[in-house]
Amino acid sequence: MSAPAVEAIDLVKRFGDNAAVDGVSFVVPEGSVLGLLGPNGAGKTTTVRMLTTLSVPTSGTGRVAGHDIRKEPDAVRRSMGLTGQAATVDEFLTARENLKLIGSLYGLPKKYIAETSDELLERFSLTEAADRTAKTYSGGMRRRLDLAVSLIAAPPVLFLDEPTTGLDPRSRSELWEVLRGLVRDGTTLLLTTQYLEEADNLADEIIVIDKGRIIAAGTPTQLKDQAGAASVVVTLTNASDLDAAERLIRTCSDEVHVDPIARRLTAKAAGLGDMSRIGQVFEESGIPVDDLGLKRPSLDDVFLHLTGHKAESTDETETMEEARS
Amino acid sequence: MTTETVRPTINPPSLARASMVVVWRNLIHIKRMPEMLMDVTVQPIMFVLLFAYVFGASIAIPGSNYREFLLPGIMAQTIVFSAMIVAIGLTNDLEKGIVDRFKSLPISRASVLIGRSIASLIHSSIGIAVMAVTGLLIGWRIRNGVVDGVMAFLLILLFGFAMIWLGILVGSLLKTTEAVQGVMFTVMFPLTFLANTFAPTAKMPSWLRFIAEWNPISSLTQACRNLWGNGDPAAASAAWPLHHPVGVSIAWSIVLTAIFAPLALRAFKQRSKD
Repeated sequence: MSAPAVEAIDLVKRFGDNAAVDGVSFVVPEGSVLGLLGPNGAGKTTTVRMLTTLSVPTSGTGRVAGHDIRKEPDAVRRSMGLTGQAATVDEFLTARENLKLIGSLYGLPKKYIAETSDELLERFSLTEAADRTAKTYSGGMRRRLDLAVSLIAAPPVLFLDEPTTGLDPRSRSELWEVLRGLVRDGTTLLLTTQYLEEADNLADEIIVIDKGRIIAAGTPTQLKDQAGAASVVVTLTNASDLDAAERLIRTCSDEVHVDPIARRLTAKAAGLGDMSRIGQVFEESGIPVDDLGLKRPSLDDVFLHLTGHKAESTDETETMEEARS
Repeated sequence: MTTETVRPTINPPSLARASMVVVWRNLIHIKRMPEMLMDVTVQPIMFVLLFAYVFGASIAIPGSNYREFLLPGIMAQTIVFSAMIVAIGLTNDLEKGIVDRFKSLPISRASVLIGRSIASLIHSSIGIAVMAVTGLLIGWRIRNGVVDGVMAFLLILLFGFAMIWLGILVGSLLKTTEAVQGVMFTVMFPLTFLANTFAPTAKMPSWLRFIAEWNPISSLTQACRNLWGNGDPAAASAAWPLHHPVGVSIAWSIVLTAIFAPLALRAFKQRSKD
């Protein structure tokens, strides 16, 4: 076990009377992915800004790659990359010039910058557009360039603030693939997101944050378990079998919900064991079944359960939801 | 594609080196958008031509002609507006998160300001050079030799240095480039006219004449006129600064820098703290 890649120690940030971040602590082990999940204004960005030395904490501190963000900000800046909420590429520079700009400011050798730029451009499918100004890029290309720029110095720790906000579903899954590749190569990621699906997909551990405080933490599975039990959902082929099917399921589970129109029965279940048992009794009974599966509560359910309100209601997110469906 | 990532040694550049990288970046902007230079080229040239040919005939200049009188005034106006160039550039970088990106790097944060300032001075100098050429074409001349001639250009640059701090202050205080443009135009434009830049002060109402003659821009303009030999020295009735314009211009540059620099640094720090 090596030292944690990122640590937040009772971080607080006040703007006037308002505490944007109100005592946040967590640890991100080296090589893992932490998802900071929460609605707009929850304090995710402020937390990242403090950890990346852009903003000075009102109290508390943090460590990145073992360096204190207050006492050794320069060492912190040498060990991390940041992809901010807005794609902060210089739009009047080409992709290659953007990489050169940031590479030179890290003080990397010219030859290294040139070689690494080529690699990164290739990896982010930007080779063809490499000598066009970023102004001409699509949203997805800008994001990819932004990420490429953050990687020019191959930082061991990478902060990503809402990396896929505003991207279409295809660009989003492409970006996820790139991020998984980085993790395979040993990079530690801390990403913030409003998308439960994204945290579920990428993070080893999720911290749910609301109104500046941590309201839950755990693996995606743990969080889902916290929101309530899983259930087994059986969809019958014929509506006429509903009564027989209900009796059958009751032998395995006490809580059964019947939806006659959808020919669907939902039974509370503890896990996979219950599902296979129910599968077996249906197999033996000979009642034809269209579909049988285990449904875990989604992170949306988790959020609702934890906060009593929906995860978000911003315009941007709605557009995303539409784009996804 | 699982390659073992080789992490390079990071050798943070010196303040000077980082500043030059930022200058390089800002100069690419000018190269990509030559229209950025319009504020220091087309606009002043238009002013020169309009003033020289529309008003020129009706304004009598003792010891010279209006075109020679006008050129130093236009150059002073151009350098004053470098404050606006800096402010717009800085606000833009703050707005777009570029400053955040720079702040996340292991470089001195001053390099962002120094790089921006040097690039803006280059930007303004291009304008001054264009003005000089335009002037030469319409009859403006440097009549007192090379040393005095160069001295006047140096005075202009020194004054530009003070204006840059004003620009950083305004750029850090205002949130959008539109606001910067609005405020700067409303404040600076009249200031460059309430001076001896475009018309002699002698016939102004006494209160206006007082303001105009104590205006730092007037000292700079008068200094250039004296050094270049564009017209007679200030009238005997003119206020004290115009009789010692070179020294007063230097003093103003120092005083304005001493006022604006600390305020600007504080505002920039404040703006980039949260």
